[in-house]
Amino acid sequence: MGDEGPQRPDRVVRAPVDGAAAVRRLLRPRRTRSQLIIGALCALLGFGVVTQVHQASEANLSGLTQDELVRILDEATDRADALSVEAADLQRERAELESGSDTREAALAAAERNAAAQGILTGRLPAVGPGVKIVVSDPDGQVRPLTLLNLLEELRNAGAEAVSVNDHRVVASSSFVGSAGEVVLDGQLLVAPYVWYAIGDPGTIVTALGIPGGADAAVRRDGGRSTVTKSDNLTITTVVDAAPPRYATPVPASTP
Amino acid sequence: MIALIGLALGVVAGLLLQPTVPTELQPYLPIAVVAALDALFGGLRATLDGIFDDRVFVVSFLSNVVLAALIVFLGDQLGVGSQLSTAVVVVLGIRIFSNAAAIRRHLFRA
Repeated sequence: MGDEGPQRPDRVVRAPVDGAAAVRRLLRPRRTRSQLIIGALCALLGFGVVTQVHQASEANLSGLTQDELVRILDEATDRADALSVEAADLQRERAELESGSDTREAALAAAERNAAAQGILTGRLPAVGPGVKIVVSDPDGQVRPLTLLNLLEELRNAGAEAVSVNDHRVVASSSFVGSAGEVVLDGQLLVAPYVWYAIGDPGTIVTALGIPGGADAAVRRDGGRSTVTKSDNLTITTVVDAAPPRYATPVPASTP
Repeated sequence: MIALIGLALGVVAGLLLQPTVPTELQPYLPIAVVAALDALFGGLRATLDGIFDDRVFVVSFLSNVVLAALIVFLGDQLGVGSQLSTAVVVVLGIRIFSNAAAIRRHLFRA
């Protein structure tokens, strides 16, 4: 656009217009070269506007100035610091919870061991271990319940932990009643020979049974005969169902 | 009329092409667009005032765009780029508002 254009007309000055005439003047097509240039510039403007809107909606970092980038970086760093502190807190809490569950597992394992021991002692669980097999024969039918009770007491004194007679588990509440030759154990009539299995230290049990005037001697006095066999691996499979206590309840743990 | 058609053509072209602005130009494009808008409103007002001149419009359009971009560029070099772009946008915004007010008076006589 030079000033030297010879064909350029003098500047056209029209009167100001208002209202509808103004709209008409704005929209009137004028097909001159400069109008085409103006149209091209407006196209450029529209193109630029759309491009910028599109660009701004993408909101990427490359359009930001250095100051803004530094500020964003600062914010990100602060946020990362806060998050790492939070992560450390959570990890500590997790470690505490894990150790807490370890304690609980240890208590549970102890309770299970306890339950196993109690189960064997009360006859609720099958038991296996070293022990003795005692066969008490009663050819004359003269072995009294008291004799068998003596034998049981002797076994208990010798440390027998699980005892069974003729496939009946003998527990703390077991009783030998009846009469000679018709011994009833916990309501079950026992038929001779009486086969005992006792899990405990075999040596101790054999010695205990054999002491003068002891269980063996009592059986012989009744006309019976007992044979003791040591075993390294006895299995007592019979169990009893321990009835839940009707009156007694455990002492609360918190009570001294 | 031709200007309106050109504007529409430009918008359509921008929508269709979805161009990516080069990284070096990204800080200047918004300022350039605002400057061009200022020139456009100035041209509209001049038309209604009856003093529109093609050459003035073309020169003011181009010089506005280049000058605004230059100011922002200078501000970036001086470390006050964001503040200077704000200043340019404020000034151009005021001009656009006053031009729009004049156009409104012509169109609605109010």
